[in-house]
Amino acid sequence: MKKKRRTQKPERLKLEGTTLYIRVPGELDHHSADEISRSADRMLEEQNIRRMIFDFSDTGFCDSSGIGMLMGRYKMMKALGGEVRAVQVGERVAKILMLSGIMKIIPVERAEGGMER
Amino acid sequence: MKNRMRVEFDSISANEAFARVVVAAFMAQLNPSMEEVADVKTAVSEAVTNAIIHGYQGQVHTVEICGETEGRRLTVQIKDTGVGIPDVEKAMEPLYTSRPEAGRSGMGFLFMEAFMDEVQVESEPGKGTCVTMCKQIGTDGD
Repeated sequence: MKKKRRTQKPERLKLEGTTLYIRVPGELDHHSADEISRSADRMLEEQNIRRMIFDFSDTGFCDSSGIGMLMGRYKMMKALGGEVRAVQVGERVAKILMLSGIMKIIPVERAEGGMER
Repeated sequence: MKNRMRVEFDSISANEAFARVVVAAFMAQLNPSMEEVADVKTAVSEAVTNAIIHGYQGQVHTVEICGETEGRRLTVQIKDTGVGIPDVEKAMEPLYTSRPEAGRSGMGFLFMEAFMDEVQVESEPGKGTCVTMCKQIGTDGD
């Protein structure tokens, strides 16, 4: 039988000093948003975190569950006097974030040159 | 030309991605733009997520999706036989959520309405919910 080589699941969370970097998966829906929220919240309980940076480099799909995830983390970080930011946001995700109005409370940095469709 | 499809699956969150892909594949016959596919996928994701979280409240039952194309018009129906919505009008208000503690944004219906031409919700408490959404495909010129 042929052995299939499985690529390792990439590490989604990385702590650097007091900044938690979160690499958002390709599709951000209720399923994946719940997973990320759970692990980010666990880190927040255990570590001294002042900034949460969501990296959308890989993300081509996002629905309102992604907005819920960002809003929830924003509220937590605000209560702790910290901040949340979204970076490397491609065109599709930007459309969703824009529509939700979340750009008014969370700084959003677009991916350079945009992630073209 | 008229075409129809119907698919049933368990109400588990891993099937949200499956539901999006099924509808995207079905609508491919209409030769949609990338943006139209993304819009429909988002709307389907919202309705299926509602069925799983709110309709069935995390219990595993069946979600049904029916698709129909007629000419350039796509119709998608997402049905559950869950708890139903007591006040549909209120549920559809932007930012309203019955579960703020669960990290819900209250934007599900807002997104469905933004990305589809028509959204219709029929619901009866104790019986379930049916969301019907239509979109004209290929209106931005091909």
